[in-house]
Amino acid sequence: MRYSGFRVITQGLFGNAGWKPAWRDPAPKAEYDAVIIGGGGHGLATAYYLAKNHGLTNIAVLEKGYLGSGNIGRNTTIVRANYFLPGNSEFYSHSLKLWEGLEADLNYNVMHSQRGLINLFHSDGQRDAFARRGNAMLNQGDDAVLLDREGVRELLPYLDYENTRFPIYGGLLHPRGGTARHDAVAWGYARAADQRGVDLIQNCEVTGIDIVDGRVTGVQTTRGAIRAKKVGMVAAGRSGQVAAMAGLRLPIESHVLQAFVTEGLKPVIDHVISFGMGHFYISQSDKGGLVFGGDLDFYASYAARGNLPMVEHVMEAGMTLMPMIGRARVLRSWGGIMDMTPDGSPIIDKTPIEGLFLDAGWNYGGFKAVPASGYSMAHLMATGESHPVAAKFGLNRFATGHLLDEEGTGSQHNLH
Amino acid sequence: MRLTCPLCGPRDRREFYYYGAAEYLNRPAPDAAPEAWDDHLHNRDNPAGLVQDLWYHEQGCCSWLKVTRNTVTHEIVTVEPVAGGAA
Repeated sequence: MRYSGFRVITQGLFGNAGWKPAWRDPAPKAEYDAVIIGGGGHGLATAYYLAKNHGLTNIAVLEKGYLGSGNIGRNTTIVRANYFLPGNSEFYSHSLKLWEGLEADLNYNVMHSQRGLINLFHSDGQRDAFARRGNAMLNQGDDAVLLDREGVRELLPYLDYENTRFPIYGGLLHPRGGTARHDAVAWGYARAADQRGVDLIQNCEVTGIDIVDGRVTGVQTTRGAIRAKKVGMVAAGRSGQVAAMAGLRLPIESHVLQAFVTEGLKPVIDHVISFGMGHFYISQSDKGGLVFGGDLDFYASYAARGNLPMVEHVMEAGMTLMPMIGRARVLRSWGGIMDMTPDGSPIIDKTPIEGLFLDAGWNYGGFKAVPASGYSMAHLMATGESHPVAAKFGLNRFATGHLLDEEGTGSQHNLH
Repeated sequence: MRLTCPLCGPRDRREFYYYGAAEYLNRPAPDAAPEAWDDHLHNRDNPAGLVQDLWYHEQGCCSWLKVTRNTVTHEIVTVEPVAGGAA
């Protein structure tokens, strides 16, 4: 069923009785051409682009819970392409272009809102670094505007401009940056993949990966064995456990990142604002809640909840930057489990086992990457070659020294 | 979360700096193969459950500590000093 404004109106006139489920609920078949482990944003996008770009439709996505039950529903919904390093820059640029055509492509409203993203800076050195980053973004073909203090004040008059510890010198505006409705991205990809014949199999946990003579032959699941010559592991947050079933040890440590949302308020924050020095970023959802977050809790964790010291730190940073939000009440907070790599960049690559592919290590930047990640992973699984925009996300780059350390913090997993 | 420092007693998590997996203690020999160094610096077992990792009592006695804890429940099982202990 194609969605449109006309259909919304006609369904409204007839009691909304004609809507159908957005995807089927098939039983797993005994064999597929390819299976994808993980029914989150990246896994569903991989399935969609395998079907759309490469004509592979005898494929299945295996999800241990329900579709979109992982980090695709636990993030702060920010979409941006403001990366600096070659390797990251072209990848996120490609992703943002896919975002811009996503709703028409999927026939699904993902509420992509390019409201502009502003990174604040607070010293001469930081201004130089952001000017350089802005130039790199322009060279990549994306957009960036270096704002001085008055330029920021014009857009964000409610910030505290009298702060002496972190005086606002200006900001780097990325006009095409913004937000999207996170769950809708999963649902949109799921529906579009299902329409192209992909089997989306829920409540189906993979319990083993079958390997014969260095080749993958299928997977064992809680709903029976499934044969497949190609298997994609797309389970960020749990990548280590999935890879361990194939005997692989990954350059990943899992950490918890917290996020928060307040009660719904009238429109007050029009942009996405990032206050890096305070480890704080914020935007306002279409429902009115202020959505904000900070840094990792810093210790390895699989608990989808955080600790109080980081809650306090994030609140303090928010009050430092914009005292006006002090009266808003926090509605809830939650934690997501991040695959943290030693250089802060992801992995989309083959593994040493033939037919087994890995899409992992998204650190805390996975949401904006969903379209390009699925696009590149599908290309890799279909052709056996890395897509050019993801060519530098190799699994062996840590061994060869070709790191993509965007923040320049060295090989400690939790510092990225 | 509180860690019981063997020297200072139970202290708030904020007094400690987290460094990473206790595997950092098993440093390869200086002339070990590059693969051994890659594995040491980058790769992790990363289990959901009991782990051993290194914490530094930055705002206390400044000792390095080997902590056994559960990554799913955040329960702290043991805290031992690295110095003098079997690494």
